[in-house]
Amino acid sequence: MTRLKSSGELEALRKSITEKRDPNKACITICNGTGCQAYGCKDVTAAFHEEVERQNLTAKVDIRSIGCPGFCERGTLVVVKPQDIFYQRVRAKDVPEILAETIGKGNTVNRLLYTDRKTGEKVTYEHEVPFYKKQKRLIIGNNGLIDPTSIDDYLAIGGYSALGKALKMSPEEIIDEVKKAGLRGRGGGGFPTAVKWESARQAHGDTKYVICNADEGDPGAFMDRSLVEGNPHSALEGMIIGAFAIGSNEGYIYIRNEYPLAVRNMRTAIEQAEAHGLLGKNILGSGFDFNIRINRGGGAFICGESTALMASLEGRVGEPRAKYIHTAEQGLWGQPTNLNNVETWANVPLIIKNGADRYREIGTEGSKGTKIFSLVGNIGNTGLVEVPMGITLREIIYDIGGGIPKGRNFKAVQTGGPSGGVLPESQLDLKVDFDELDKAGSMMGSGGMIVMDDKTCMVDVAKYFVSFLEGESCGKCLPCREGLQQMRDILTGITEGCGKRGDIKLLEELSATLVDASLCALGSTAPNPVLSTLRYFRDEYEVHIKEKRCPAGVCNLEAVKVE
Amino acid sequence: MEVKELKEKVKQVLQKYQLDESVLVDILHDIQAECGYLPKEVLEETSRGLGVPLSRIYSVATFFKAFSLEPRGRHLIHVCTGTACHVRGTVKVLEKMEQALGIKTGETTSDLKFTLETVNCVGACALGPMVIIGENYHGEMTPETVGPVLENYN
Repeated sequence: MTRLKSSGELEALRKSITEKRDPNKACITICNGTGCQAYGCKDVTAAFHEEVERQNLTAKVDIRSIGCPGFCERGTLVVVKPQDIFYQRVRAKDVPEILAETIGKGNTVNRLLYTDRKTGEKVTYEHEVPFYKKQKRLIIGNNGLIDPTSIDDYLAIGGYSALGKALKMSPEEIIDEVKKAGLRGRGGGGFPTAVKWESARQAHGDTKYVICNADEGDPGAFMDRSLVEGNPHSALEGMIIGAFAIGSNEGYIYIRNEYPLAVRNMRTAIEQAEAHGLLGKNILGSGFDFNIRINRGGGAFICGESTALMASLEGRVGEPRAKYIHTAEQGLWGQPTNLNNVETWANVPLIIKNGADRYREIGTEGSKGTKIFSLVGNIGNTGLVEVPMGITLREIIYDIGGGIPKGRNFKAVQTGGPSGGVLPESQLDLKVDFDELDKAGSMMGSGGMIVMDDKTCMVDVAKYFVSFLEGESCGKCLPCREGLQQMRDILTGITEGCGKRGDIKLLEELSATLVDASLCALGSTAPNPVLSTLRYFRDEYEVHIKEKRCPAGVCNLEAVKVE
Repeated sequence: MEVKELKEKVKQVLQKYQLDESVLVDILHDIQAECGYLPKEVLEETSRGLGVPLSRIYSVATFFKAFSLEPRGRHLIHVCTGTACHVRGTVKVLEKMEQALGIKTGETTSDLKFTLETVNCVGACALGPMVIIGENYHGEMTPETVGPVLENYN
């Protein structure tokens, strides 16, 4: 591959790729994301390749391994294009029939179709599946169209055209466009992205850095994983545009080591972008140089915090630092640095390509665009959902998620990761955006959404999150290190039947101290699970303490009663 | 592995990363993949090779959950204790696992066959509770399936 020297050459390449492709030729896409790998998608993919040869269908059909399209509950997912016939729970043994019937004769294999739980009817096409119907899949939708290891696939759907456009704009124009779009950080903070970029652009320094935070440590959240696995070029393209706007020539991507496939696919994407002249020296002949390196994490939740992440990038222990030193002025190696999350970066090409006005059409007053959530826990349809900001929790959980399985009742939904909050049924009509979730005592966080049924004990949930955070506290500042330990001990006591009068008050006091005195956001938001469960489920704590009883039947308080 | 052999492996990894101390976490990952764990000699050799104080290598190696300073078993078991798996009953799976192997979480069986660890989330939440052994994902685990799954490994 020769390096592309201008955006004209890029468009010519795109044209030659799309011309070679017949949009009417059948193409079978198979999800090869981590979720489907647990279902054995590798066997399914291998079976397709073998069987296509055996049935002599190579001229008639293409086979494409794709990243996660979101509907993990029904994996392995197979879609037959161009009709978009949706087959679910596909196993290797089903492959010959799909090829013989659907490709050979044009029939659908009814037993592999999705059954709508409400109507009991079979659904043939992907876009008609209730799980996808209410979504707005601007970002993650592309996962279903491309093989993440093929840059040609990304180019064929218009990839890197935003970069071509951006390189002809001035850095200020790019920042203005992102500002106008109202993009806010998808990693949790919800800070306006353009404001961050502007500060980093204006900061003085010899070298400036941009970082992509792919250290997705929230348990039960895998939005970033599937974006990096399924469409690594989109985040890369966003980073290159951002680096150009900021005036940075060096970038880092920090990925969790627990996501081996994401590391592999991002590495491939970087190599391809370099070979095409989309990374490296003189990108598309613009005179702009930019290089990206991948660093792997070491399994520390705290490294998702920006300053801890940077410490880790410098080869040190991942401990955060005080916030009065602004990263935009003194970040990595003491130089101006801009850090954004994967999903934020992936939104950038969309804004530049279609313009801010189009982007602003979706969302609420203060939160524009879409947000990807990972809908997990006691929910009918586990998976990734991308929804417009402002959708209600009820729509996400019932219309998209299919409600609570096993005939049980909804009890609570936890948003915002371990340091987010728990919301009860009375909040189900809450419009989901950055500000509304904050007001209700939870937060957007990076997008984990854990649904809990009536068999879940809220004190146990609070204990679970506090124990998690206690284990992940880096130990640098005292309120977080000691406070969480004390809170965990009190919560453990309550769940084991040793709860005392005054425990709740003490929990509230400790919470207030952590909020005020912790060094970083891990500590200052750590009391959220306790405070929000106390706000909405206080009676459950009281029953544990006074009556030594767990209404949900989760905690074992018996041992103490006998004594 | 002989000490000499360990040192040679360290040297190769350091050269691959061009003695860049800022990728220490990556370096330790690769060395651990080669040696199985991070013995004392390896940490000393890394310190010498990079010109970084041993205290800092030690602090990074002990700060991150991914690294082990003790020998580990041939099969590394990761029981996912992420939130989605937790609400689906991973605690009971982990208890059963400890019982079946006769070790606590974080320990290695005396025959060096298994090491049992927990992981915060692997992002395969639809199939929780999730157990990962080596590179194999075992989904929808229950205390009853622990025994049969373990039998597949020798």
